[in-house]
Amino acid sequence: MRSDRASRPLKLAALGGLLFLHVPLLFVFLYAFTTEEKSYQFPPPGLTLKWFGVAFARQDIWDAIGLSLKVAALATSVALVLGTLIAAALARRQFFGREAVSLLVILPIALPGIVTGIALRAAFNLLEIDYGLLTIILGHATFCIVVVYNNAVARFRRLSGSLVEASMDLGADGFQTFRYVILPNIATALLAGGMLAFALSFDEVIVTTFTAGQQSTLPIWMLSELVRPRQRPVTNVVAVFVILVTFLPILAAYYLTRDESQHK
Amino acid sequence: MSSAAALPAPRGGLLRGLSDFLLRRPGAYLALLLVPPLLWLGIIYLGSLFALLTNSFFSIDEFSGTIDYTLTLSSYGQLLQLANFDIVIRTVLMAAAVTLASAVIAFPIAYYAARYAKGRMKAVFYLAVMMPLWSSYLVKVYAWKLILAKEGIVSWVADTLGVTVVLDGVLALPVIGGPSLSTSYIGTFLVFTYVWLPYMILPLQASLERVPGSLVEASEDLGAHPRQTFRHVILPLALPGMIAGSIFTFSLSLGDYIIPQIVGGSNLFIGQAVLIQQGTAGNIPLAAAFTVVPVAIMGLYLWGAKRTGAFDAL
Repeated sequence: MRSDRASRPLKLAALGGLLFLHVPLLFVFLYAFTTEEKSYQFPPPGLTLKWFGVAFARQDIWDAIGLSLKVAALATSVALVLGTLIAAALARRQFFGREAVSLLVILPIALPGIVTGIALRAAFNLLEIDYGLLTIILGHATFCIVVVYNNAVARFRRLSGSLVEASMDLGADGFQTFRYVILPNIATALLAGGMLAFALSFDEVIVTTFTAGQQSTLPIWMLSELVRPRQRPVTNVVAVFVILVTFLPILAAYYLTRDESQHK
Repeated sequence: MSSAAALPAPRGGLLRGLSDFLLRRPGAYLALLLVPPLLWLGIIYLGSLFALLTNSFFSIDEFSGTIDYTLTLSSYGQLLQLANFDIVIRTVLMAAAVTLASAVIAFPIAYYAARYAKGRMKAVFYLAVMMPLWSSYLVKVYAWKLILAKEGIVSWVADTLGVTVVLDGVLALPVIGGPSLSTSYIGTFLVFTYVWLPYMILPLQASLERVPGSLVEASEDLGAHPRQTFRHVILPLALPGMIAGSIFTFSLSLGDYIIPQIVGGSNLFIGQAVLIQQGTAGNIPLAAAFTVVPVAIMGLYLWGAKRTGAFDAL
């Protein structure tokens, strides 16, 4: 007998697991409206909208958001170029050292973030590079490459070789083929990879702690508020903002690459 | 045909020449593709890792606090001192516990998603796992700070249900207890499990998708109890996925320093020790030696995992 319906305990366990994954984030939304300033009292004694105004007026938060956006944009651009190049090289070809290259791409996220962070710091120290925007971007781009690579390589493998050959037969050179045949085909995968890289960079804190100087990205700002809370409700508002900002690119990336995840 | 008119005209000149050259020499083409990314990853990243490794063989001069650049194993010797070795053991035990718990919680979700969810439901499940995976790490940790705080949600629930005694009893336990959940190892464990759970679900689900339904039916036809089918058919086939997931949960727990800093007791984990040694203590060689520990453990782990075929499930 084939049991096509899940048993009740399985359903309950699966549902329980999903609730475990989602309910904690809902509390963050609730706490953004609390009137309690000094503690994490539950249930909140009252609800108010005033913290959104307070957070909006804080220049340090705007500075942190600005820096985070700048870093994410630049790191994503670097990662897009480098990740696509690697994907193009590895997608269909077999060559000596291929495995080593693919391992090298994955390494920055396979090793614990603290290793990447402290290794970069040690190198910057050695080369006497001052910590700042440049060092943050160097770190972020390094682990963003793999996200772009993953998205691009899947699309390159689906791209039919005969399309490229047809283009060449019609007299296009390599660059024209890239511009008019390959690029339109991989564009959505690059967009999805770029958005995921952006979200990853926007949220990164472990490597950034080691590569940032005096400036604060938004996650660094949040971390300092978590360790030494100054105005808890403002942190709640920023947390809600961060959830919404990362939610959108991820959802968009999902819809852009939906077909690939179903064809797997 | 109108589409033919839209074709760009073939070009002459330098670009064409370069393009033809690359087409005739696949090796040169490949090198051109690979050189920029390999320069970046090879120099910036591998160079940094190498610098770190080298540092771990230096030592620190106890009087001047400067780094002594003669090669020595003294930093590794210091790792074996009781206080430091404790940190390593504590971290490894925590990572193991988190990995086990993630596997247990992830299994029903992955199994349901792989076997019973169809069409629209499947997309819902996929997004329901991807969203928490990609949402902000710090916000997730922060959410648990709210939940576990002394005056927070868990205490309120326990109070409402009249089971505060149970909560106090759990907190009074030696080692894993503490003044409140947010300052105990139970708290650290919960947050770790929560944050890394999606990394276990995804590979586990991928391997469960590949278990043929006919095998399960055959097992049932041959009279196996559902529990026997699970034990002898499904579990062995899902194991590579579980191991693939455990690579993430284990590695991520080993290297994390933020979760135990925000939710947890006063004893250190490897990540925090690294941070302190390279920051306030200024002992870069010892910090470097500490970071070699998770790298070495993960190296062994990956080597073992490769033999079970877990990489095909990634």
